[in-house]
Amino acid sequence: MNILAVLIPISLILGGIGLFAFFWSVKNKQFDDPKGNAERILSDRFDDDPEGR
Amino acid sequence: MRRIELSLPTVHCAACISAVERKLSNRPDVFGARVNLTMKRVSITAADLPEIEESLIAELDSLGYPAKPLDSAVLANAEGDKAGRDLLARLGVAGFAMMNVMLLSISVWAGAEGTTRDMMHWISAAIALPAVAFAGYPFYKSAWSALSRRRLNMEVPISLALLLASGISLYETIHGGEHAYFDAALSLTFFLLIGRYLDYKTRATARSAASELAALEVQKARRITDDGEETVPLDALREGDILAIAPGERLPADGVVTWGDSELDPSMLTGETLPQTVGEGAVVRAGMLNISGPLKIRAEGLGEETLLKQITRLVETAETTRNKYTSLAEKAANIYAPAVHLLSLLAFLGWGIGTGDWRLAVNIAAAVLIITCPCALGLAVPAVLAAASGRLFAQGVLLKDGVSLERLADIDTVVFDKTGTLTTGMPALVNADDLPPEACEMAAALAQHSAHPLSKAIARAFSSELQIEDIKEHPGFGTSGRLNGVEVRLGRADWCGATPAAQTAVWLKMGNDTPRAFLFEDEIRPEAADTVTALKAAGLEVQLLSGDVPAAAEAIAKAAGIEQWTAHASPAEKVDALNALADQGHKVLMVGDGLNDAAALAAAHVSMSPASAVDASRSSADMIIINNDISEVAKAHKIAVASKRRIIENFSIAAIYNMISVPLALAGFATPLMAALAMSASSIMVSLNAMRIGRMK
Repeated sequence: MNILAVLIPISLILGGIGLFAFFWSVKNKQFDDPKGNAERILSDRFDDDPEGR
Repeated sequence: MRRIELSLPTVHCAACISAVERKLSNRPDVFGARVNLTMKRVSITAADLPEIEESLIAELDSLGYPAKPLDSAVLANAEGDKAGRDLLARLGVAGFAMMNVMLLSISVWAGAEGTTRDMMHWISAAIALPAVAFAGYPFYKSAWSALSRRRLNMEVPISLALLLASGISLYETIHGGEHAYFDAALSLTFFLLIGRYLDYKTRATARSAASELAALEVQKARRITDDGEETVPLDALREGDILAIAPGERLPADGVVTWGDSELDPSMLTGETLPQTVGEGAVVRAGMLNISGPLKIRAEGLGEETLLKQITRLVETAETTRNKYTSLAEKAANIYAPAVHLLSLLAFLGWGIGTGDWRLAVNIAAAVLIITCPCALGLAVPAVLAAASGRLFAQGVLLKDGVSLERLADIDTVVFDKTGTLTTGMPALVNADDLPPEACEMAAALAQHSAHPLSKAIARAFSSELQIEDIKEHPGFGTSGRLNGVEVRLGRADWCGATPAAQTAVWLKMGNDTPRAFLFEDEIRPEAADTVTALKAAGLEVQLLSGDVPAAAEAIAKAAGIEQWTAHASPAEKVDALNALADQGHKVLMVGDGLNDAAALAAAHVSMSPASAVDASRSSADMIIINNDISEVAKAHKIAVASKRRIIENFSIAAIYNMISVPLALAGFATPLMAALAMSASSIMVSLNAMRIGRMK
């Protein structure tokens, strides 16, 4: 059972990293143009300004 | 450096994005351009040069993407979609916490006991309590505002269930109890936040599109002062101001013509398509379109008595008398919230008095609240509305709010306006077959040089190689020229020496020959007849309500296949006609575009207006047909009926789920595992059912 003391913190930390990555992506307006992002993947031009500033 | 936002209604694919961005980025005065396909906009960073916006719009137009400027209020709105990001962050926290706690709970469900179970419960509590507090905040806030107004809404049982579940679970954890509902509290928050977010997105899209439309038409007037001309907003106009009106402009105010000759198109105002000839001293009305010559008018009656103000008043009265509509979600909440509270109170009292074990009683009351909590109910309406309004928006219909979709599903009668709605509002030549070819050729040669809408229609109809010399435009009268030394004229009846016809007409006079008439009619939209057939097939009654003369109304009604038509209806009579229909128990959809329809649109059960409509009509209509295609009326009705069916199905799913689980919870058999499974299953079923709207043919 001692293994739980290691595994549970690890799972929480990994989940926490995911949560922070999500916060970061929301803050960077990655959810502002879902349709555009879906179409841009088809273009062969390099997207040099993904944040749309 | 300047930031410019333009609306690009026609972008739709990856090729459009790269075409627009590449074209704009190649300009030396543009530093960056980014298309937002979801909002159908482009935001451009450009050098701060005069007229840059106009030149960018011209450039995009030449590329085949008509662009329109957005006003600064919309721009500010686009910058700060804070509420949406806030909800998304709460959703993220709830999802993260739910998944972790669910994992921990699995070991408890699998049979962990004693200290292990307590440890799992403690860790769950450490994750769940802050997450429920943070992610559930929107619900507490809304429940509190309802309670402080002494009302119940859907959020009251939700908040109560969240708080009670967290509180009981904490108590059980401290005392080493068997059941903790942390996972249920979190999944409840998560699913309900999804409903919230969908609801928010639907509204936000509608709002931004509606304000874009509003921004398109900023009406200004050109006032002539001693120092020259100045452009002023409408509310700065004073009685007696002299205003200049170029051909193609709408009159900004009522007044009297002081200089110039022209024809005015009153169709937006009255529905009549016959242009009125005006000269010095004629009384003119705001909203009329100046067709042929420049005019100067003296503004008059800017107080309460302008036609525009009268129509605004009619709209206001119609809006206040419109019956309050209770949406399906509100109806459900009105039954649901009291029932849930009563049930859990009964469970609490029953078990408490029956067994004397009040801790067990609180546990069961909480279980009842959690099990009955409207997870599926919270998703039932928003999921359907999000799917339906997304589908409609993609088709070119803008929904201003979700309730109008439910209203649209209820209708049994459709009333159309004629001019600009069933017809294109553009004149088309009707007697081409009766005219000799040489007259047609001559008329086309003259018409090519004029911007008058009737001349354009002639130039479209015929081609001409004739070389006419000495071509002159006579504003308000017509065009004249010289062919082989003989004077030819194309224009107004009296100017060509003919007696005016009862129909819209242009006359051609060659030398001393008798003048020939080119007759015009407002062209019926090609999709109008099919639309009427489709609506009738859906079991709806179709009527025509026009302000135009009976002959014109009858012709269009016949062409469109409408049996019941009314002509010569004033704005007030249109409202009366709709009220009469409502009194007979009919639920009416009004489709109109003119200023004279604005009040009728507000009075109808639900209303639609094409994007080409005047401002007042667009703002009083519930739905706007962005692509100006009337056949959307029938398609939108079909989607609305389907959406209502989906909403009711979703409520039934939620009800069946409750009927099975509530007795179990009341009897004390509900376990956290059961709550978690039932909740997820019903929410997923409801969402999947809603998504069927998007796949509908």
